[in-house]
Amino acid sequence: MTDSNTTTLSAPISLPREYKGLLSWITTIDHKQIGILYLAMTFFYFLVGGIEAIFMRIQLAVPNNTFLSPNSYNEIFTMHGTTMIFLVVMPMLIGFANYLVPLMIGSRDIAFPRLNALGFWLLFFGSLMLYFSFIGGGAPSAGWFSYAPLSEKPYSATPGLDYWALGLLLMGVGTVSTAININVTILKYRVKGMSLKRLPLFVWMVFINGFIILFALPPLNAALVMLLVDRQLYAHFFQAVAGGSAIMWQQYFWAFGHPEVYIMILPAWGMISEIIPVFSRKPIFGYGFVAGSTLAIGVLSFAVYAHHMFAVGLGHPFNIAFAFSSMAIAVPTGIKIFNWIATMWGGRIRFTTSMKYAIAFIVLFTIGGLSGITFAVVPIDWQVTDTYYVVAHFHYVLFGGTLFGIFAGIYYWFPKMTGRLLSEKLGNWHFWLTFIGFNLTFFIQHFVGLLGMPRRVYTYPNLPGWGWMNMVSTIGAFVLGISVLIFLWNIFISLRKGKPAGDNPWEAWTLEWAASSPPAPHNFELVPPVNGRRPLWDLQHPDTPDWKLNKAES
Amino acid sequence: MTNSPFNGVSPQAQAISHVFIISLVVLAFILVLVLGLVLFVMIKFRGREGEAEPPQIFGNKKLEITWTVVPGLILVFLFILTVIYANRSDPSVPKGRQPDLVVIAHQWWWELKYPQTGVVTANEIHMPVHKKWLVRIESADVIHSFWVPRLARKMDAIPGHPNHIWLESDSTGTYWGTCSEYCGAQHAGMHIRVIVQNQKDFDAWSNEQQQGPNIPQTGDAAKGQQLFDQLTCLNCHAIKNIGPNLTHVGSRETLASGVITNTPENMARWLHNPQAVKPGCNMPNLYLTNEQVKYLVAYLEASK
Repeated sequence: MTDSNTTTLSAPISLPREYKGLLSWITTIDHKQIGILYLAMTFFYFLVGGIEAIFMRIQLAVPNNTFLSPNSYNEIFTMHGTTMIFLVVMPMLIGFANYLVPLMIGSRDIAFPRLNALGFWLLFFGSLMLYFSFIGGGAPSAGWFSYAPLSEKPYSATPGLDYWALGLLLMGVGTVSTAININVTILKYRVKGMSLKRLPLFVWMVFINGFIILFALPPLNAALVMLLVDRQLYAHFFQAVAGGSAIMWQQYFWAFGHPEVYIMILPAWGMISEIIPVFSRKPIFGYGFVAGSTLAIGVLSFAVYAHHMFAVGLGHPFNIAFAFSSMAIAVPTGIKIFNWIATMWGGRIRFTTSMKYAIAFIVLFTIGGLSGITFAVVPIDWQVTDTYYVVAHFHYVLFGGTLFGIFAGIYYWFPKMTGRLLSEKLGNWHFWLTFIGFNLTFFIQHFVGLLGMPRRVYTYPNLPGWGWMNMVSTIGAFVLGISVLIFLWNIFISLRKGKPAGDNPWEAWTLEWAASSPPAPHNFELVPPVNGRRPLWDLQHPDTPDWKLNKAES
Repeated sequence: MTNSPFNGVSPQAQAISHVFIISLVVLAFILVLVLGLVLFVMIKFRGREGEAEPPQIFGNKKLEITWTVVPGLILVFLFILTVIYANRSDPSVPKGRQPDLVVIAHQWWWELKYPQTGVVTANEIHMPVHKKWLVRIESADVIHSFWVPRLARKMDAIPGHPNHIWLESDSTGTYWGTCSEYCGAQHAGMHIRVIVQNQKDFDAWSNEQQQGPNIPQTGDAAKGQQLFDQLTCLNCHAIKNIGPNLTHVGSRETLASGVITNTPENMARWLHNPQAVKPGCNMPNLYLTNEQVKYLVAYLEASK
């Protein structure tokens, strides 16, 4: 192993760009500005989707409530799901990748900066297309999964579903182009010394995620086109009465829909794999196993989708095959949980807000993962599918998992993006209210589901247990609402008065912390030498660099 | 009694309950292990100001293999359970076995046909205790799902794809169920009841259903019958099958697919404006006069 000198990057592609003013945000092709655009837009939609959730919880607070009409409720739950998946979780993670990947691999920008801007604006206008439906004849109301034939013209006559399909198509094209863009960047623009084996785990997971996006989005886009042709040109891909197949929609949709679940969690795993080591003051335990298990998940994620279809009646052999693959995918997921815990083992844990979110992530994601296994036990699925038990399960994965990971990431990288630290005091309030509110809202939904309450009902009769359990859940939702307000205040006040962060407030080890905070438009003047996975550790500890401590893997 | 799947009253539902409990015990053990480890690590390895960096450990192959193989074995165990209990809770259908009951899901009610007797009814399944019935599940429009938690697995009702399940009960009583695949505006208002009777009571019910109802030839009920024929009721309630068959509607416990109990007051409320009782349902407000409603209620409640 040679100790190469500091790497000098080629001269910036163009002169440093104008970085201020509204116009710069619209015309920007800088990956950091585009990353922040993603984060700002997705955070806005997080508030919109959250307000939709509050509306739903008010309606469900008591039995036989009439706060919302059935149609309004159905529109709102459809938009809540569509928004949170397509306009919050997925693009928020892409936004992080956009901002962080070039910095983490010591690059000046992303491979195709203009394509990158196009990807964002396709998402932006796709989202407007989707929300325009509210004033364009009614929002879609067939659920985020829009099962045919309910989504066909005879049963959904308003144009809501057309806006839904067109909006999703625009976003889908944007997402695929951005995934290609990021993966080309990772393959071609790594700084000298940054071999694939030395990639930060966040970059690894984003890289694998890119391939999942590349293969998972086309089935959705194809199905959306077929649905549009059905609705607009009176074809009958999904209409059984005319010789089509309603089940075919489900096959296409879940061929996208389950890999999508992994698209929404992989980058969050990546964040956790960056944050836990730094705040435990130890390298990640079993780098190879964490990266390798993610690769296994990337492949397996395409082979498990039909566990969404166990109640369709496709026969035991079909169900059992997908039960097997769904159980198999739990193994590489479990590996990560144990590796994160082993990373903390023997460390010197610093309980920053970011770390609190990361540790809560491990616990909540484990609960969501274990309840997920019950669906792979096919007979259990036959009872609990399409009940509130499922709602509880996937909120533990996507909120307790991904969103907690995202909050950990925001507290961790906010100083890099803005130059100021978020308030730890407000962060502590934010964390505990989120943690309590989240569990209050969703834990009890396991039980209301086990008492027979189906999903996607705008109201419910006063059957044993349902009333008070739903009330608890609604109270939890309001606690969550308050926690979000505190978070907004924290961002607002810290942007103005937050403590200056310096380049590396957490004494972290990956390359983005070698740039200034916020980074200059061209990211780096000089990039430190990369001789291992933790270039800044090597710089801080010239006597005990990684390549001396860990001869086996560097 | 609650409508929990743990409360099964048929061999099939009890099989699901068993495998559910075994799985939960196994998974709870893993959860306690993870929670315990996280708590231990948080307490034991809390960092303090000014401490030096801890020893840098990069991994351990033996440990990695342990937490790959052990969960793998647990999952193999759960997989074997899955195969066994999938067959116990949903036994295969012998070739040539004809269904005892056909359930046809509609937006937003259940049509029920008894092929052996020709009885047609809606929303309330009557069946004898201790009989293992084969039920064929179909849909007339969009996808629905037939689910009576205490009796059997859930099964989707899919247009163009008929499905079968076994329905059985070890004790008499009324068992609640509901549509559990989102099916549009009134998905929430699509309940089903299974009324399990002893053989004698069931036979009596079945015989009654096979004969026409005894409508008095004079009075309000007779006027109601006339109205029923004159107004457009039959367009949907018999000819196009958009609404349920009402021949014996007076004998049912509930109206509007379990949304309201079947009382004369509720029937009148429904006839005055169905959209106020079940917003979005397919029956429009027919703007009936109070008198018309009175006669129709008398007729329909007499249709036992």
